[in-house]
Amino acid sequence: MPFALSPERERELQQILERYPTKMAATLPLLHLCQEQNGWISDEVIEFVSQRLDVSTAHVQGVVTFYTLYNRKPVGKHQVWVCRTLPCALRGGYDVLAYCEKKLGVHAGETTPDGKITLRTAECLASCGTGPMMQVDKDYHENLTRERVDAILAKLSE
Amino acid sequence: MLKRTDYLTRTYGKPEGWKLAAYEREYGGYQVAKRLLTTMSREQVVDEAKKANIRGRGGAGFPMGVKWSFMPKVVGAKPHYLVVNADEGEPGTHKDRTLMELNPHAVVEGCIIACYAIGAHVAYIYVRDELHLSKTRLWGAISEAKARGFLGKAPFGKDWEVEVYVHSGAGAYICGEETSMLNSIEGRRGEPRMKPPFPANAGAFGCPTTVNNLETIASVPAAFGLGCDEWSKLSALHTIGDGGVRLYGINGHVKKPGVVELAVGPTFNELIHDIGGGVLGDKAIMCVIPGGSSTPVLRPSETVNAPDPKSPMHPHHGKSVFDVPLGVETMRQCGTMLGTCCVTVIAEGTDPVWCMQNLMQFYGHESCGQCTPCREGSAWLHLVCTKLLDGEATKEELDSLHDIANGIMGNTICAFGEGTAMPALAFLQKFRPEFEAYVKGARKRADAKLTVEPWS
Ligand code: FES
Repeated sequence: MPFALSPERERELQQILERYPTKMAATLPLLHLCQEQNGWISDEVIEFVSQRLDVSTAHVQGVVTFYTLYNRKPVGKHQVWVCRTLPCALRGGYDVLAYCEKKLGVHAGETTPDGKITLRTAECLASCGTGPMMQVDKDYHENLTRERVDAILAKLSE
Repeated sequence: MLKRTDYLTRTYGKPEGWKLAAYEREYGGYQVAKRLLTTMSREQVVDEAKKANIRGRGGAGFPMGVKWSFMPKVVGAKPHYLVVNADEGEPGTHKDRTLMELNPHAVVEGCIIACYAIGAHVAYIYVRDELHLSKTRLWGAISEAKARGFLGKAPFGKDWEVEVYVHSGAGAYICGEETSMLNSIEGRRGEPRMKPPFPANAGAFGCPTTVNNLETIASVPAAFGLGCDEWSKLSALHTIGDGGVRLYGINGHVKKPGVVELAVGPTFNELIHDIGGGVLGDKAIMCVIPGGSSTPVLRPSETVNAPDPKSPMHPHHGKSVFDVPLGVETMRQCGTMLGTCCVTVIAEGTDPVWCMQNLMQFYGHESCGQCTPCREGSAWLHLVCTKLLDGEATKEELDSLHDIANGIMGNTICAFGEGTAMPALAFLQKFRPEFEAYVKGARKRADAKLTVEPWS
């Protein structure tokens, strides 16, 4: 089935287009909009973006595969990103990751069997002064302890 | 004792400090932009800005006013653009986020002034996608400013249209490099461009563009508010062209990590002890990463060697590098870089080989892949470091790390290559015995530590 944006997001796209002198410049913002609605970037989404912005599907595909935050496959309902970079690692980042893997029973990069949580690693999220930290969907959780991780994960699996 | 200043951070910790009401209460709110736009010419603003000696806060330390003056004096057929770099992704850097979240109006006011100075009508603030709260706060500030007529067709009644937009990245460290950021704004893969042409001639959409770091832009209203000369003199290093105040981050093995605002020129020892509350477990310091992971590590045993009385470093001759005021030039003289002014402190007992392996994994992952020496080199650096840690690397492989790093240096389109090779070479040179111990089997991954206390 061809992809289409919801009317509300369609309006947002119009605002986005007004910000730039070229249509191509809306590639990243439009992909974000589509992913917000669809959860991932399917071939249909690529086709849609290419048509709306008058760019080739090859261009869109190139952009999607360049940037890590576009999902080329379906993902879980929630994204848990554990920062693994050095400043966080110095405060226990690897332990947080190992703990999440054990609790969720999946490795980084995998989704729990119930489809609720995809566990992922992130590179430095500009929160090094409050490490170890993780991002859950759009929110930051900082100064993580075992207890806090327990509470966060419990809430997500509800 | 270091004294904190509040030129950029006055709204931090205030109730709804990110709102216009707080900005007006604490700073008078857009009065500086109003005065500049209504009483000064664009040239005057640029000339005055030079006096502030604001060294770019993104890491390279280029003087902001000088950069502004590279833009064409007359706006021709092609429009000019301002691009504000808020891609904050350099490992260890956590300062710009605080400005966006806690004082976004300073950023917007800075954009108005900078746009006017460089002849632009549009500013794009490029924020990494993960920083959702930062984006929300910036958009909030933009719409408040617009509602009051500070942005739009005629800010403060001046016939100089200014629009400010937030543009999200999508998860690519390389987009912090200015030319890949321009590609990313244009809707392309974030691959760096060859220079020349420089952005001031052909930047966003092929038009003259200035790219400034977000903290640089947020400093502009404060500098003009005080008077650019006065602002420069706040710094301990203003005589060597490094002016004002800036944000300092401290992270890693300190008791009180965080972000503070200080006059330019504190030392590592002051930052670690006065601000950071000392090292976790009262351990000795193994090394610091001065300002983001691309800046080569320094060890406390390193001293300044400047016997020549004419050398600008002579006053510090014989001192530990930890007692030298942090500045763009002083750190260069110490064989490293000031970078983003966010210091990562690493305590004695930490495994330096693991530290390097961690960072090389980052660079291997983030290389954009355009230049072969960087794409292949960063991946090999990571691979060999991992083999070392696993006790599987030979002496030849350890030595090959030097060759790989040297093979990257100078052979890439952008500075990512040096940003990978330089810290790698510093780790290798300064921790040779630890690296060799892995080859000899005297060190093992199972015993290696990164944390001071076990995480709990
Ligand atoms: S290292 Fe984790 S946020 Fe910077």
